[in-house]
Amino acid sequence: MKVLAAMSGGVDSAVAAARAVEAGHEVVGVHLALSRMPGTLRTGSRGCCTIEDSMDAQRAASVLGIPYYVWDFSERFKEEVVDEFIAEYEAGRTPNPCMRCNERIKFAALLEKALALGFDAVCTGHYATLLTDEAGNLELHRSNALAKDQSYVLGVLTEEQLKHSMFPLGASASKDLIRAEAEARGLSIANKPDSYDICFIPEGDTQDWIADKLGSQTGDIVDRAGNVLGSHEGSHGFTVGQRKGLSIGRPAADGRPRYVLEIRPKTNTVVVGPQAALAISEMAGSRYTWCGQPPKNTDAWTDILVQVRAHGDAIPAEFSVIDDEMVIRVKEPLLGVAPGQTAVLYLGTRVLGQTTIDRTVSAVPVEAEASLA
Amino acid sequence: MLAVYAEALARVGNPSAVHKFGQDVRNVLEAARESLASTVGANRSEVIFTSGGTESDNLGIKGLYWQRQAEDPGRNVIITAGTEHHGVLDPIYWLEDHQGAETVLVPVDERGVIDLDWLEPFLEENGNRVALISLMWVNNETGVFSDIQAITGLASRYGIPVHSDAVAAFGHIPIDFASSGLAAMSVSAHKIGGPVGVGALIVGRSLKLTSLVHGGGQERGMRSGTMDAAGATSFALAADLACAEIDSETQRLAGLAERLVAGVKAGVPDAVVSRGDAPGLPGTVHFTFPGCSADSLIFLLDAAGVSVSAGSACTAGVNRPSHVLLAMGRSEDEATGALRITLGYTTSEADIEEFLTAFPGAHQAAKKAGLPSK
Repeated sequence: MKVLAAMSGGVDSAVAAARAVEAGHEVVGVHLALSRMPGTLRTGSRGCCTIEDSMDAQRAASVLGIPYYVWDFSERFKEEVVDEFIAEYEAGRTPNPCMRCNERIKFAALLEKALALGFDAVCTGHYATLLTDEAGNLELHRSNALAKDQSYVLGVLTEEQLKHSMFPLGASASKDLIRAEAEARGLSIANKPDSYDICFIPEGDTQDWIADKLGSQTGDIVDRAGNVLGSHEGSHGFTVGQRKGLSIGRPAADGRPRYVLEIRPKTNTVVVGPQAALAISEMAGSRYTWCGQPPKNTDAWTDILVQVRAHGDAIPAEFSVIDDEMVIRVKEPLLGVAPGQTAVLYLGTRVLGQTTIDRTVSAVPVEAEASLA
Repeated sequence: MLAVYAEALARVGNPSAVHKFGQDVRNVLEAARESLASTVGANRSEVIFTSGGTESDNLGIKGLYWQRQAEDPGRNVIITAGTEHHGVLDPIYWLEDHQGAETVLVPVDERGVIDLDWLEPFLEENGNRVALISLMWVNNETGVFSDIQAITGLASRYGIPVHSDAVAAFGHIPIDFASSGLAAMSVSAHKIGGPVGVGALIVGRSLKLTSLVHGGGQERGMRSGTMDAAGATSFALAADLACAEIDSETQRLAGLAERLVAGVKAGVPDAVVSRGDAPGLPGTVHFTFPGCSADSLIFLLDAAGVSVSAGSACTAGVNRPSHVLLAMGRSEDEATGALRITLGYTTSEADIEEFLTAFPGAHQAAKKAGLPSK
């Protein structure tokens, strides 16, 4: 096959490309230039994540003996990932930009371009496994390296995208083995640190960065009964589940810390309450997709596992599609779920599908809050 | 060329040393200076050897700016054009950001030709504030010529020194520094088959530039550091060879370019020759292909064994929409589909035919892949 290896400059994508070469594919390395620094035409005004990353990717491609190119997706990335990230925060939601990047850039813009240019598949260094069921349908599963498993961020992929995807690292048992393999292959990035931060937020401080983009505007901090407890400098500076930075003068009646329960961007209001009130019993979203073959019957309640963040646990739940909305009910109250996050459904290790969460239902009714203490 | 370079490299000695070994190397260096001076039409003392075009541009621009500022702090305007090489634009922007300079860009038309009708009244009104003008002799991307004589003619009325980046011109068209009216001119070896890492700034005898590099005071005190005699002698030889063939090569390349343009246009009628009908280097054929991304074209042509480029790649290897085309009024989408095809000494008719065979398929697939913004 003709394979386009997306090479970030990190160790995972380099080893993935190496394995694709070894499997006998005709591999071309491509580094995606995604960052678009504030517009000047001067030298160095745009690199990828960093110029160092691009150089690392180039060096890895050269060690593997494959052609290497840098393709510019910065405009698409800005529109579809960065701008949307800001808009989501502005709307009081908590987005996952890595997922959006997979959905719109790596397995959309890049894949489409690759197919048009004669490639058969895009290969990445994600830790996830592609399997085929008895009927020959593709299924996306968790990686054998459970600690590094990235099937969650690939939950947005559709059947058509899976057909043109290649994840050579899925069967590996751990990141350490990948590093050792990189070392053995003569890749100098074998010990390059993992990246965790959001690539377009250089200092790693999302709240600061968002505040810088959206400015400040004083609004109320209220409890669920509507009592004003204090003020804040912009609701977009908060995420559901946040505890720090609330600066409410008066302590809660029970003396326990308060948490952000809800953000109401239209009125620039932040709703707070006790931690127990963060627990939700239901989440739902209309922007859902199926990863591979859709389930036969989506009207009935079906037992699944649901995961709501990249490095969270999958917990027992049931789902059903009701009026074009994917509704997920967790078996036990779940903490730390905010609109904008993605709920990925699993059947065992298989990724079934996902939805962006539009709304949640609290497990604790307002009237019960007083008795929580 | 390689033999001359290797032989000179084997000579041990510092050209500034007084002993015999030093003198031997000095002789090589000075012979090279004399030879290069004659090919650029300059006096031998006007040749300042540097590490290449970018250093020459930096020395020419910053050196002139600081000197002119020292004479009169009121002169802080630097006139250039948006189509210049980064080797020129970036030192100027640096002077603007750090030294109080004011950049003024001369308008260019859609072919990239400098608007002299704009320059004349601007100088009439602001001549006493202008520190220098820097405009390239030949554009490295589109190949379009500048009318250097006309520019220096205007500037001389107000006593304004003109620097020109002649890197893309030297060795390809006849250059005569003495009659050009230029104060300083950048040339580079590797663009004419010489080694990478050698260049020169030709600086008029009467001028003194403030140095960027301080030390032993070599090269008229404008470029300290032990001189690279091997590089200089190879540069001089490459210049000699290139200049001797200008007439025959110009004719040969014009023929190839004509075939190339006709062949491309036959397959892709909407292809646009970027400099239009403006006079330029025959060997530099610059196209824009509407609806295509250069990324795709370069990849596909590369796979077919043809090397072309989009403009100048940045350090990270990203093909940005060419700043030259943007300065010529193209949109980002239009500039994204730019392809520079350079025909040179080694380009043969068979190469052109090979390109024309590979091109239609590549163009079709690239058009299908579309633009990065869509």
